[in-house]
Amino acid sequence: MINRELVVVGGGPAGMAAAISAYENGVRDILLLERDQYLGGILNQCIHTGFGLDYFDEVLTGPEYADRFIKKIRNIPEIEVSLRSFVVDLTEDKVLTYLKPGSVETIKAGALIMATGCRERTREMIHIPGTRPAGVFSAGLAQKFINIEGLLPGKKIVIVGSGDIGLIMARRFLLEGAEVEGIVEIKSESRGLIRNMVQCVEDFNIPVYFNHKISGIYGKDRVEKVDIVRVDKEFNKVAGTETRLDCDTVLISVGLIPENELIEMAGVEIDKKTNSPVSKEVNRTSIPGIFVCGNSFKVYDLVDTVSNESIKAGCMIAEYLGYKITCNEE
Amino acid sequence: MRTEIKTYDVVIIGGGVIGTSIARELSRYKIDVALLEKEIELAFGVSKSNSGIIHPGTQNLPGSLKGRLCVQGNILTRRIAKELGVEFQEVGELIVAFNKEENSRLFELKKEAETMGVPGLRIVGGDWLRENEPNLNGEAIAALYAPTAGIISPYRLVYALAENAVKNGVEIHVLTAVEGIKFLKDDKYKFDVITSRGVFRARFIINAAGLYADKIASMAGVSDLKITPRKGEEFILDKKKENLTRHLLFPLPSKTSKGILVTRTSDGNPMIGPTVQDVEDKEDLLTSDEGYKKVVSAARRLVPSINKNDIITYFAGLRPVCGDDFIVRHENNVPGFVNVVGIQSPGLTAAPAIAGMVKKILENNGLDMKKKFFFKRYQGKVTHLFSKSLYKIKKLVKRDHAYGDILCRCEMVSVKEVKDAIKRGARTMDGIKFRTRAQGGRCHGGFCTTRIMKILAEETNVPITELTKRGAGSEIVKEERGND
Repeated sequence: MINRELVVVGGGPAGMAAAISAYENGVRDILLLERDQYLGGILNQCIHTGFGLDYFDEVLTGPEYADRFIKKIRNIPEIEVSLRSFVVDLTEDKVLTYLKPGSVETIKAGALIMATGCRERTREMIHIPGTRPAGVFSAGLAQKFINIEGLLPGKKIVIVGSGDIGLIMARRFLLEGAEVEGIVEIKSESRGLIRNMVQCVEDFNIPVYFNHKISGIYGKDRVEKVDIVRVDKEFNKVAGTETRLDCDTVLISVGLIPENELIEMAGVEIDKKTNSPVSKEVNRTSIPGIFVCGNSFKVYDLVDTVSNESIKAGCMIAEYLGYKITCNEE
Repeated sequence: MRTEIKTYDVVIIGGGVIGTSIARELSRYKIDVALLEKEIELAFGVSKSNSGIIHPGTQNLPGSLKGRLCVQGNILTRRIAKELGVEFQEVGELIVAFNKEENSRLFELKKEAETMGVPGLRIVGGDWLRENEPNLNGEAIAALYAPTAGIISPYRLVYALAENAVKNGVEIHVLTAVEGIKFLKDDKYKFDVITSRGVFRARFIINAAGLYADKIASMAGVSDLKITPRKGEEFILDKKKENLTRHLLFPLPSKTSKGILVTRTSDGNPMIGPTVQDVEDKEDLLTSDEGYKKVVSAARRLVPSINKNDIITYFAGLRPVCGDDFIVRHENNVPGFVNVVGIQSPGLTAAPAIAGMVKKILENNGLDMKKKFFFKRYQGKVTHLFSKSLYKIKKLVKRDHAYGDILCRCEMVSVKEVKDAIKRGARTMDGIKFRTRAQGGRCHGGFCTTRIMKILAEETNVPITELTKRGAGSEIVKEERGND
């Protein structure tokens, strides 16, 4: 077994900021594990602008924002980056095992930062009845299809939920020449950022069905139509208000969940409802020396906030490892 | 389309667990066998939504065909699973009683099952239950314990049976829908099976067409069969809850069903369901809010800690019901035509016994069944990382680097496993999911879909825009960007 002073799991904005911050506070032996083939995480598929306003005082796209951190990491030889590295096991003693093509490594970490991000809630989690045809995607998967793979997953879209990714994808599909039949939101207002509502929906006259829920997805092989229905304040269906929308694709944009299955395996206490670690202080968990930052700690609206909070995590971990930290002396 | 007409001793119609069990059984003998399946892959009909329970043989009427075949099948399945490298886990089942009246029903059930030869049955009390099934509702007072109940992956069993049958000479034709049956005036070859891919000339036809077995039977002039689809909705829980229960939990059975159960899949995901509802349409796979509510509340009666947030997926399946019992018979009015019809629960368990029965029927009706000298009985296990220890995983990754390349994070599936699945016949995204579990976990393919598609496109030489979820019409994406 190899000993490493600090292991950071996750090479998205949170993991990168935390690793850099730990380095700047004195930690010199850092291993950064990323399961994908490149650093940057989900930012890579977010080609729209609006990132960095707070942190860099500039308007950047997702890949540009990520690139600034990637360049910084590349210039710090003490941060060893291991790509395509997938952690399969973690114990409360901070022993972790990861796979990469061709090898399996087991490491004892002095301290750990988990920056594993979040996943999208699925159709299954909100229980939409009906058939199970092709053409039901999470909004983020649709984003990946278009922006990374160059594929158009559908031509007539209904979006369930008004989360930010859903709003951004409404515009994206329109720009790709698809039709967006509507956004169906169970609440009376959008759960996305105001700027996304304005720039992605209102500017394009996309209908939004507030106080509506989707009551069924239909189609034998591919989505053919959905039923939507008005709901009352308790989210119960109002009889006689059903409307049918023809479409070939349903995007699900009903929120994000922190990915914390690894620390749960290690015995960290997890809030069953939010899937966040139970904690009184940001980035801390019930196991000393295991820290969580970014969207795996809790889902943030802005990546700028993720960066700031993850820098804090780097300080906290440096302090835990016994370094004299400088970041509280602003 | 085949132009020349090929002849076969036996043509099996239907590539589910019944058709493939029969195909594998017949592949022991020196006869020419073809199996025809209308879908793009095997197990895409009734079998794909099977709950995977190998029943011990309780809850069947004494004297029924299904009762007898279920008890035999429970024994045979173990041997076949071992021969074919499919994982079978004997977990045992508990039929739970909550009051005195139900308690006395347990004794009746036990007696009935014992007359049919179900081994090892005993009634266990509340203390035993609290010790051995801690998450069971504390109000349970007793249960009938059947230790021989087990679980298996229904589709992986089908794929293994088919692979072994092919190794032993059976032809399997997918995307081959039977459109008609023509009678020939020939003493030996009595039928021409007309399909979407040409004509298959046969001495014997075995109708194992599941929901459509009545349609196939009527093509052969047997018109007194009617299949009623009986819908069941099932709900699968996150693998995190693998240890929710130790045994399969059943309430007391009703007339039409075994009730809503708490079981688990052979991959370790708890499963709750199914509902029971007779429907008209053989394609009606709609799930409903009512089914959801019903299943969750009935399952909570057995295990109160079940949380609906743990449900990661749900689906509906259709049982092919034709009367109360299985129908496995040679149609004497149509010599050479064998019906295997109405194989609903416990059809998966009974499948190998049904296959044995079909073999005898063929023999009794004049088919010469000489054993092959070289029957390839055994077949290696398909490797799944999620079922391996870290030590074994290390060895695998050393042997083949692609085992270390994980593409499905939720269920821990490597590139190597996906490539293997494609080599073994997976052609669709569902086919890959059924074989490997990739896309079947809590994120539902949110992270891995694009990578799997690229591998599938590359390995099968199919353009990525033509890849489907489960066959033509279910294409995943519409087109490449910027195609106007």
